[in-house]
Amino acid sequence: MSRMNEQQVFLIDGRDVPFAPGQTVMQAALDAGVYIPHLCFHPQFKPHGSCKLCTVKVNGRPATSCTLPVAAGMEIESETAELKDKRRMLLQMLFVEGNHFCPSCEKSGNCKLQALAYDLGMMSPHYDHFFPDRPVDATHPEILLDFNRCILCELCVRASGEVDRKNVFALSGRGITKHLIVNSESGRLGDTDMSTTDMAMSVCPVGVILKKRVGFAVPVGQRKYDTIPISEQFGDAPNAVLEQTR
Amino acid sequence: MSETDVIDAILDRHRRDGTRLMQILRETQEQLGWLAPATLTRIAVAIDWPRAKVEGTAGFYSFFHTRPLGRYRVLWSDNITDRMLGNADLTRMMCEKLWLEAGRVSEDGLVSVDTTSCTGMCDQGPALLVNYRAVTRMTPQRVEQMVELIRNEAPLADWPAEWFAVADNIRRGDILLNNAMQPGDALRACVARGPAAGKEASSNDRSWRETVVANPGPALALEEIKLSNLRGRGGAGFTTGLKWEACRSASVADGDSRRFIVCNADEGEPGTFKDRVLLTAQPDLVFEGMTVAGYVVGATQGYVYLRGEYRYLLDPLNAVLARRRAQGLLGRGIAGQAGFSFDIEIHLGAGAYICGEESALIESLEGKRGVPRNRPPYPITHGFLNRPTVVNNVETFAASALIALQGGEWFRGIGTSKSSGTKILSISGDCLHPGIYEYPFGVTIAQVLPACGARDVHAVQVSGPSGICIDETEFKRRIAFEDIPTAGAMMIFNDQRDMFEVARNFAHFFAHESCGFCTPCRVGTSLLKNCMDKIADGHGSQHTMNEIFQINRLLQMASHCGLGHTACNPMFDTLKKFRPAYERRLKTLDFEASFDLDSALAQARQMTGRDDAGSHLETQS
Amino acid sequence: MNAPARKLRVATTSLAGCFGCHMSFLDIDERILKLLELIEFDRSPLTDIKHCGPCDLGIIEGGVCNAENVHVLREFRANCKILVAIGACAVNGGLPAQRNHLDLRDILEEVYHTSPGLAPGSQIPNDPELPLPLDKVYPIHEVVKIDYFLPGCPPSGDAIWKFLTDLIAGRTPHLSHEMMHYD
Repeated sequence: MSRMNEQQVFLIDGRDVPFAPGQTVMQAALDAGVYIPHLCFHPQFKPHGSCKLCTVKVNGRPATSCTLPVAAGMEIESETAELKDKRRMLLQMLFVEGNHFCPSCEKSGNCKLQALAYDLGMMSPHYDHFFPDRPVDATHPEILLDFNRCILCELCVRASGEVDRKNVFALSGRGITKHLIVNSESGRLGDTDMSTTDMAMSVCPVGVILKKRVGFAVPVGQRKYDTIPISEQFGDAPNAVLEQTR
Repeated sequence: MSETDVIDAILDRHRRDGTRLMQILRETQEQLGWLAPATLTRIAVAIDWPRAKVEGTAGFYSFFHTRPLGRYRVLWSDNITDRMLGNADLTRMMCEKLWLEAGRVSEDGLVSVDTTSCTGMCDQGPALLVNYRAVTRMTPQRVEQMVELIRNEAPLADWPAEWFAVADNIRRGDILLNNAMQPGDALRACVARGPAAGKEASSNDRSWRETVVANPGPALALEEIKLSNLRGRGGAGFTTGLKWEACRSASVADGDSRRFIVCNADEGEPGTFKDRVLLTAQPDLVFEGMTVAGYVVGATQGYVYLRGEYRYLLDPLNAVLARRRAQGLLGRGIAGQAGFSFDIEIHLGAGAYICGEESALIESLEGKRGVPRNRPPYPITHGFLNRPTVVNNVETFAASALIALQGGEWFRGIGTSKSSGTKILSISGDCLHPGIYEYPFGVTIAQVLPACGARDVHAVQVSGPSGICIDETEFKRRIAFEDIPTAGAMMIFNDQRDMFEVARNFAHFFAHESCGFCTPCRVGTSLLKNCMDKIADGHGSQHTMNEIFQINRLLQMASHCGLGHTACNPMFDTLKKFRPAYERRLKTLDFEASFDLDSALAQARQMTGRDDAGSHLETQS
Repeated sequence: MNAPARKLRVATTSLAGCFGCHMSFLDIDERILKLLELIEFDRSPLTDIKHCGPCDLGIIEGGVCNAENVHVLREFRANCKILVAIGACAVNGGLPAQRNHLDLRDILEEVYHTSPGLAPGSQIPNDPELPLPLDKVYPIHEVVKIDYFLPGCPPSGDAIWKFLTDLIAGRTPHLSHEMMHYD
């Protein structure tokens, strides 16, 4: 009996981390206050495993920590130079894939993509830019969609489908032309039932889904990640970012 | 009939079932020409799916279009073997004659000309698809005639039939291609092993699963498959017996005891066309193998996921299925065995290589975007409709049928100790006799090359772009799981061929076929393509080579599925074995602009009418 | 910080930028006097020297939007041992690159032919003295090799000071979290 109550542990970078049965490496790590970088993971949703920022090494082999079930005694490497280097490359790929002009983005300072890039010391996007043509959608009276910044994490797709029960968002296309679409025949947000109180409104890690007529209420330099790195404040409530910009 | 009537009739035929969305979209497009916004809305309402999800599926597959792409849509197969047979010149010629830019639709909406991934006609290229019907052996004369037919808007039915002829080109057969089995032999052998033979067929499908425990027939058939040591022919080589056993014994908690058999005929790996020939020359063998699998695991429904490029096989295959039903080899009470029920349906893909990955295939089979699932769980426990599902390659099922008839011991005596049986090779490229060659496992490349009339061979790409590129020092290696595993493709390159161009063609392929789910593959395959193009355009440097290497390492480490993991193989292999093919294209500089600076000024020159020295930029500083 | 044996020669320029990074550079305030003990300026808006001679360090603000930018950038690359991209525009094209999703022909057409309020007979300038615009605005690392990047719009005076003093001292530049900004 006492054996069963004994807390099971696994190791992240040599540190004992407890876990509950059925947890993934990501869930157990975050519960224990150990940060593993991520963009498409959100504690409220089923793990997605697409951004690959949370790639770690398990007993020497690469794995996606948000989809990997923990087993006792597992040895995870996370904050190694090699993995940080790979994560930086993934961020650089996300930056060149879209059009990320931080100085003119309302989400700057509250953006998880940017915050992770700061944290990983990404000094430049490194690769050649794709400069895709992604027109903005301003048809909704209260919401602006700027697809230029979309990193295809599908958090809005999941929030709108699983929580809001509206299925406002989905993905279309394939490969480098994959893109976010909205649920209307016109393809315009203004023709959907999206509302500012939807959860989909608050889950975007970057600056795609924005409330109209909110601009620079909090000055640049005083925003969420401007002074404190994301790795030191990751236990945020889902709506924290939105509240900051209101 | 109005457009809405057409759509509704299709929807009714598919019982307004969303999991049949792929077939609904294909049939609708075949009749209406394209998938208009209102069409998608109507379909979404009928199947009760969010409209955006329907649009997401339509937007994923190359062969579905949500904008009009011409009453004639010509897609040139763009595998390296088509390239070697001159498809680029023919495409250019066709575009010139049609006054058309490749990739654009003519202004009158008549025609568009573009390229597509390998259509599986490498032994009879240059090949193309016209309105998704396969055409082989294109020549300048055929291009001219085709342009005329298109201009005159002649229906495809009036086009010369020989253009649509697809040859089997079976050059060497062995146990599979030379078998003399009669339809039903293997099933009767299975049933004969079980003591329940001769019972009257039950009208209740459910009873079959219940009799599995009591009836040792399926277990005995499984024993033969296990004894044979048959391994999957799709390339990965998982032991078939173990897969079937795991599916057979997978627990189903919720009372829904359905299990499924899926035949992976999404033969998308460039250079591979043996499944096409098996399905043409030996369809009974394949269907019989699937039925044996159904018997073993207790499944009553099977699906063949046939790649969209093989649309022309749909009607002949359906005819074979109908005959087998009439012969009592499909349906209820198969081979006179009470409760032995199984049927097969052909499900057509729509131009997505990734659907050859089994979990992506299942997603597609359910009407969704073909994105590989997170695993575990695996399809053997959570497959089609979340039910235990066996997914095997066409050739695996064909071999299973023979094993069921002739026994595992017999089969294990063929090939090598770790690779039993035979392998069907699809051979194309620089050889006199491209086509299909079936050899026992263990055959060396050096044995195969003279047999197909290949001379002065420089390199062989085995198992397609995701496989391995070998040079002449490795020709003594064997086709076997323990040496060179392969799904069957062998593309041969003689010493006149430029292996850099081969790798560049494959880099384009992977960029086009990445599903886009994970960051490294979505962006990385396109970056790799751009790096290879940069080298081809004379703007490459050592820096570019380093970039290729770095991106490849990331793809191998962080990609979601095998496509990303293997997308780097062609570049790794050719960089290692044919490095001078790259180096002679590099500038001496260690860095070059990533684009052609002078052509970046072309628009401004055109608009200003300038052509003075100051309006040009030299490539080299 | 120890003064090097000789003063390092530094060149700076602004390509498709707004000179904001240069202004921010001046925000190092009195530290510029300290800096001038360590460096001397070659080509720079601060000196008005027209062409770049051999330099230890070149600092580039702004992206590459026209043929002249290419020539200047190449001159810097040919003469500077270390080349630094400073500011958002040099790093990823920045504000000027927000024209990149538009076709250059359409832009010229609209600006010189179809927009309201143009003088009669207005035409697209074709004087050979004028540099032709490129089809897109490019980050400078897509045109020449860049050794170091200092992001920010603009980077703060403190960040520039830290970055330069690191470089001058021969250290790999490192910014604290507070100094690291893309906006």
